Amino acid sequence: MGIDLSQFHHIFFEESFENVDLLEQGLLALDITQPDVETINTIFRAAHSIKGGAGTFGFQMVADFTHVMENLLDRIRSGQRTLDQDVVDILLGSVDCLRMLLTAAREGGEPDRALCVAQQERLEAALSDSRPASAEPAGEGEEGADSASARVSEQTGWRIVFHPHPELTQRGNDPLRLIRELKELAPARVTCDSSQLPSWDKYEPTRCDLIWTIELMQVVPRAQIEDIFSWVEDECDLAIVPMVKNVVLEGDNSSPSQASQESRPIAAGVSQIASMTEENENHDKKSGQVTRPPTSLPSGHTISQSIRVDLPKVDALINMVGELVITQSMLNMLRDEPELQGYDRLHEGLAQLQRQTRALQEGVMQIRMLPISFCFSRFPRMVRDLGRQLGKDIELVMSGENTEVDKTVIEKITDPLVHLVRNSIDHGIEPSEAREAAGKPRTGHVWLRAYHQVGNIVIEVADDGGGINRDRVLQKARERGLVPADGRLTPQQIDELIFEPGFSTQEAVTDLSGRGVGMDVVRRNVQALGGSISVESEEGKGTTFIIRLPLTLAIMDGQLIQVGDETYIIPLVSVVESLEPDRAMIHYVGGDTETIKLRGEYVPVIRLAEILGVHQPVRPALEDGIVVIVETDRQRYGIFVDDLLNQQQIVIKSLEDNYRRVPGISGATILGDGRVALILDVDGLMGLLKEKEGMVHE
Amino acid sequence: MAKILAVDDSASMRQMVVFTLRAAGHDVEEAENGVQALEKARASTFDLVISDVNMPEMNGIELIRLLRQESAYQFTPLLMLTTESAPEKKAEGKAAGATGWIVKPFNPDQLLSIVKKVLG
Repeated sequence: MGIDLSQFHHIFFEESFENVDLLEQGLLALDITQPDVETINTIFRAAHSIKGGAGTFGFQMVADFTHVMENLLDRIRSGQRTLDQDVVDILLGSVDCLRMLLTAAREGGEPDRALCVAQQERLEAALSDSRPASAEPAGEGEEGADSASARVSEQTGWRIVFHPHPELTQRGNDPLRLIRELKELAPARVTCDSSQLPSWDKYEPTRCDLIWTIELMQVVPRAQIEDIFSWVEDECDLAIVPMVKNVVLEGDNSSPSQASQESRPIAAGVSQIASMTEENENHDKKSGQVTRPPTSLPSGHTISQSIRVDLPKVDALINMVGELVITQSMLNMLRDEPELQGYDRLHEGLAQLQRQTRALQEGVMQIRMLPISFCFSRFPRMVRDLGRQLGKDIELVMSGENTEVDKTVIEKITDPLVHLVRNSIDHGIEPSEAREAAGKPRTGHVWLRAYHQVGNIVIEVADDGGGINRDRVLQKARERGLVPADGRLTPQQIDELIFEPGFSTQEAVTDLSGRGVGMDVVRRNVQALGGSISVESEEGKGTTFIIRLPLTLAIMDGQLIQVGDETYIIPLVSVVESLEPDRAMIHYVGGDTETIKLRGEYVPVIRLAEILGVHQPVRPALEDGIVVIVETDRQRYGIFVDDLLNQQQIVIKSLEDNYRRVPGISGATILGDGRVALILDVDGLMGLLKEKEGMVHE
Repeated sequence: MAKILAVDDSASMRQMVVFTLRAAGHDVEEAENGVQALEKARASTFDLVISDVNMPEMNGIELIRLLRQESAYQFTPLLMLTTESAPEKKAEGKAAGATGWIVKPFNPDQLLSIVKKVLG
């Protein structure tokens, strides 16, 4: 049968990468002085599983490599090899190599063979450190076959005497099956010796008290015969002897030809009796089952069950639910129609529909959620490696690994987090000696925390290192012209400077956090996810970076606003307040830039109608409309609109996917009445305004 | 056509076995570990159980030991999926009552020919 194994590749890789992670986590969790048996078993099982799959699905290099790893792990498991730091290091190196091999296999790329060979040599060296008698398989069977074929010239076949032990049938094997298999190899004469059968009153139907002699009339490799009996070699007496020419018909059993004719009915009879009793047993069991409490059938176990689903399917589902939400809110608007008043059941139904839609939506969004441990799990290894590399003692403390967050958020937040953790280890934590001199514990700590906070997920990266050196930051910022030489900044403002593009206090870019990526990139990545990042630092005590992210990228709370005939949406997270300005609050700065003075601060105002080119018959005065104050990470400004509408949850549709990118707009949504409304990009609008002003000034 | 229970904690191996057997016309159910398998095996009767050895919760050998004690599975073929590197596992499996083993790696044709053999 031609079954295309490649259809299983996808899932094989997915599970193998999970197993590689499991391997790595297990190795890191191992306490060398007191290795936990269960952890070692888990590690072994992960390697074993990869090997089995790789061999089956044809990834030989992966299978071979894992095989050596497995051997070493097996030695450790059985106590033949002591566990020390070197072995753990070699195994960790092998995990990396395995990951590389798997990646190459998945992407069809060329693996780094040199690395693989080198790593395999290290594994083998570790293996041979305590090598007992090994590598015994393979040889024997072939030898047997060779010696058999050596005798081929005079041999005419094989005589097999087969005496099954009672337990043979009790382990699900059937002598008849074995004889049939032998007969597939070559024509055979079968004789059955029933002399051992007890008398009927002592007859035990599940026992097999027959002895068969099977004469194969052709020469076949001995290994093939042994193969047939391989499952039962310990459950029978077996003799396989070559038959030579003149012995063929003169067997030591009497009247072989006659017996061979009898043997089949007898054998079949045994099997029949066996199956009859089996049926009786089954019957007994079935009747017994009725009285068995039904609780034993459905699962009461706490095994977490899961299925793998392709992401596009989930997204299609989420999209569909999004449409349903829109339809539902459309129906909801009908509730206010005068001609539908008095239909109580309709109204009840609509209210119910609203609740259920909301519940369905939340449930579906939950599917995309994964625990943040998917991202956190890489850090123990990274911190360990970096700490060793820099000669710093560092302990990583993680909490809230089970906090769930959207899969896309997890994917995109990993790089910024890696950068922050590297940064803490490289720049934050002082060298051990400096720590001791400062009266701090020698071992530095890095904390990675995740938790939920009102519709957001908060991730903190904290260290107990030296904290931000504000004098140096300020000095650098002045050199770079980021702040005026005489500008006065609060400590918080100074700390925030590290997020400015092109800011780096480190003289030489180190191998670690350097790589030309600064905090500004981290902040940009976080903002791209609709989140924000801030920093808190205390000199000598440490630094904490706090990242706030939306739980999901597909839904957000929006403030609906009206300009002319158009409806727009401002993300509610950006909105600080809304106000109707007094004439006295309005000021003009630098000619015609409108600002309002809010609690002593001048806030520039953008006229949305003008910046987006919405046609308006007259230019209303600021005091005739409403100003929505919004805040970005950079600055606060007002958006001038005609009217505020309601706030609601909206399903975000990408404008880029469906149309093209539009400056100042981050996406679109469909409102309850079926109209499309654009979502404002609060950061981008500011850019638009600056562009426009620039043009005016030129 | 036979009723077969396929037990493996590795989803890819399990799917491969299930798919292959179903394609050959068998009625196949699957379980992720011994505990689950035992439950399913007790809930109905299978003609053949094929189980991986290394599994969390309850390994394949323990599963076979427990199944053999069930009167409904006293004579049922119970096969284990194992690797060459573990000859002692075969012995352990046999002692627990396994009918035989299928050595990994194997391909669908090998699997089917073994299944055909034990089902007669």
